[in-house]
Amino acid sequence: MNWRGNLLRFCNVAGLPILEPFVRLAAGEDKREQLVGIAKFILLPIAAVCVFLGLWAAAASSVVTDSAKLPSPQATWSAGKQLIAMHYEQREADKAAKQEKLVEAVQLLAEANAYTAAASKATGEKKSKLEDKSLALKKRAVAAANFVPSSAPTFIDQIWTSVKTVFFGFFLATIVAVPIGVLCGMSPWFNAAMTPFIQIFKPVSPLAWLPLAFIVIMWYYAGYSSGETFFDKAFLISASTVCLCSLWPTLVNTTLGVASVDKDFINVADVLRLSWWQRLTKIILPASLPLMFAGMRISLGVGWMVLIAADMLAQNPGLGKFVWDEFQNGSDLTYARIAFSVLVIGLIGLLLDRIMIFFRNLVSFGNPSPV
Amino acid sequence: MPITSPGFCLDPATAPFVSPNSDHRGTSRDGIASTTHATVSAWFACLFVAVFALLTAGCSDSGVSLEDLEKAAAKIDVSEIEIDTETDDATQMLDLEKSDLTFGFIKLTDCAPLVVAKEKGYFDDEGLNVTLESQSNWKILLDNVINGQLDGAHMLAGQPIGATIGVGTKTSIVTAYSLDYNGNGITVSNDIWAQMQENDPALKSPTPKHPISADSLKPIVEKYLQDAGEPFPMGMVFPVSTHNYEIRYWLAASGIHPGMYTESDIKGFTDAQVKLSTVPPPQMPQNLEADIVKGYCVGEPWNQKAVVTGIGVPVTTNYDIWKNNPEKVFGVTKGWAEKNPQTHLAVIKALIRAGKWLDATDDSGKLVNRMEAVEMLSRKDYVGAEKEVIANSMTGTFVFQKTDVREMPDFNVFFKHEASYPHYSDAIWFLTQMRRWGQITEPKPASWYAETAKEIYQPAIYREAAEMLISEGKLDPNEIPAPDYDGYREVSTDFIDGNKYDAKDPIGYINSFEIGNKDDEALAKQ
Repeated sequence: MNWRGNLLRFCNVAGLPILEPFVRLAAGEDKREQLVGIAKFILLPIAAVCVFLGLWAAAASSVVTDSAKLPSPQATWSAGKQLIAMHYEQREADKAAKQEKLVEAVQLLAEANAYTAAASKATGEKKSKLEDKSLALKKRAVAAANFVPSSAPTFIDQIWTSVKTVFFGFFLATIVAVPIGVLCGMSPWFNAAMTPFIQIFKPVSPLAWLPLAFIVIMWYYAGYSSGETFFDKAFLISASTVCLCSLWPTLVNTTLGVASVDKDFINVADVLRLSWWQRLTKIILPASLPLMFAGMRISLGVGWMVLIAADMLAQNPGLGKFVWDEFQNGSDLTYARIAFSVLVIGLIGLLLDRIMIFFRNLVSFGNPSPV
Repeated sequence: MPITSPGFCLDPATAPFVSPNSDHRGTSRDGIASTTHATVSAWFACLFVAVFALLTAGCSDSGVSLEDLEKAAAKIDVSEIEIDTETDDATQMLDLEKSDLTFGFIKLTDCAPLVVAKEKGYFDDEGLNVTLESQSNWKILLDNVINGQLDGAHMLAGQPIGATIGVGTKTSIVTAYSLDYNGNGITVSNDIWAQMQENDPALKSPTPKHPISADSLKPIVEKYLQDAGEPFPMGMVFPVSTHNYEIRYWLAASGIHPGMYTESDIKGFTDAQVKLSTVPPPQMPQNLEADIVKGYCVGEPWNQKAVVTGIGVPVTTNYDIWKNNPEKVFGVTKGWAEKNPQTHLAVIKALIRAGKWLDATDDSGKLVNRMEAVEMLSRKDYVGAEKEVIANSMTGTFVFQKTDVREMPDFNVFFKHEASYPHYSDAIWFLTQMRRWGQITEPKPASWYAETAKEIYQPAIYREAAEMLISEGKLDPNEIPAPDYDGYREVSTDFIDGNKYDAKDPIGYINSFEIGNKDDEALAKQ
């Protein structure tokens, strides 16, 4: 049965082995074995989560200090619902404000046109006064038409900002790390030259880089105010911090992947008299891809972790800032909202990991590993 | 090209990032060159497309072109519009250089004028579209104003002064609007309060007499220094904060030495009997609870938080240390102010209206708008604390202990007593304290104090904005200082130590203190 094979391969490549028993069950394979699989991979985790929730609820009722209290699962859930509802309310309000401004812009422009018309009939000083007024009205009309709501970013906006930042930082890291990694793997001389940098900078917490990244970006953007540049400064600072910590796993794994290409492949290349470029693209890169992607997966995970901390430290927009702002708020809802964002951060991290597993398995030619 | 064995740092056994499951040697040999090459390029392409899609999505905005506007405008009946040739239109819009602005603030109740100006639409009335962004601490706030991320911010009054004369970061920052007077308190832990009561039985009352001086704290500090061999730990929020000068003033008024700043000691611990460390405001109660500090000076709601949670006792407010002392200002960089003069004026206009709204009272003198302000401030994107906690101080009472709730109508003053006007004498007070405690390392002549104050405080802008509001009928002329006012508040002795402050004699004032730097009298004449 072909659909069965396809589905199983999909489960495998997508890194979703927990769906496998269902596919096999649907295909009519041994029921008992599949039910055991379901119990093990689905029912047991659900039970474990229930136990965890129970313990959490119990802890929430006892962990109470003078100034704060651990939020219960219910409080966390309702805080989350509220945060999401707030996002949609804000969106509606912003939309209404934008609409209102647009109507105002049209009105102002109509007025400006009326003044222009009047000016064309007038003469002398009166004419220039009317023209000035018309110009002023037009300027206001344009400002009103280009109105951007100035409401604070909502929880969902912050998630979106963080995801964009982590991908951009990761993307930068990848385009730097892969070529260097390939060169390191191919040339022992280049590797020797790079080794001190890799050895020294790899263990540095990217947060320590933050102030230095800050200086470089400020220098680059000196003289521009916010909104004048293509990238936001805060965005670039966060992204470069992510980039600096995402570099190393990809770099090291790429080097390792390239350096350990099967000798037989190389011999084949020698026999075929492949050029340097052909050797690189036909043999070395394809053979080292699984390891490269394994490195990129770790990179993305580390990048996501660090991004939250960097946002907290530098107050750049994103989930980290959301958590920090809530921490500073000090109301009853604070800790429930933080607990909810912790869960969301975890879930997004999981999702990012799955995406990279999917990519890695795609290039692993029949040897996908499920985890 | 030969492929060599990996370098020592890349040995599979030691490489930390290798996933144990990725069996790179198991790569199948057949078809490696043909199939993978295509797959790889395809997937790389997909990845890049995904990244770019992510980056560009969300940036797109439904742009409205001028043509669309013109078309819509053409449909509007303009015959009703009166053509007004006179330009002295009462609510004439300023010719703004920049209309989208971002201001920073710290989560404290005294950012209220900014919040009110935005929420009540005063910024909007001036054609300003303002975003308010909370900042995690004073240092980051200042850095963001300097590097242009923020157009302006809610600042500690000492920050523009410190930045301009180079205490910490050096950049010229100016202010044309004082956000408020008063609003801070000094809190000590329950244990220290009990010891203070031991030392002064008069304090052992449900409603002890105020103001409470640091006299009863003195023996505790001395004993701690002797027993522990290190200064008594207390907290303040920033080296150039009002809080730092207030707690130093309070301690020194009772003969406790809070330590001197020197050229090499920028923490200010030299000769200290009390070690004042910098702690961000929201962390104060936790630090007190963890016994890292034994007392602190901070703005609201963090003193009331200590009372509500029962971890400490506020002993005094800054109103008792100096009646109507300057607290926060609205600061922008000098460069920004020069580049955007009309915008600056529009901002100040909106802020003056906000201050006036905050301090509006009914006939019986009751503050009428404060509950509405409390509601705004309690929203999660502003101060975010519970309404009850914010309301405690914002509505004119202050809770010292659960038994000792006092009416303090002037606990937070935003507009009354000309509180929003940038008085030169307020700037000079900060300069005298910076010199007293050694942050200004060199002695300066009296004229330097006056000139520096004039460089930072810009009452001319305030006055221009106020006059515009008066002509628009939104402000009464007697609500701002008279046109011939020179910017110096009256000589005052409203201090906890009864010392006399005359801003025109800064050297004499610095020399009048027992503890602190002393300068040559001859400098007073220069």
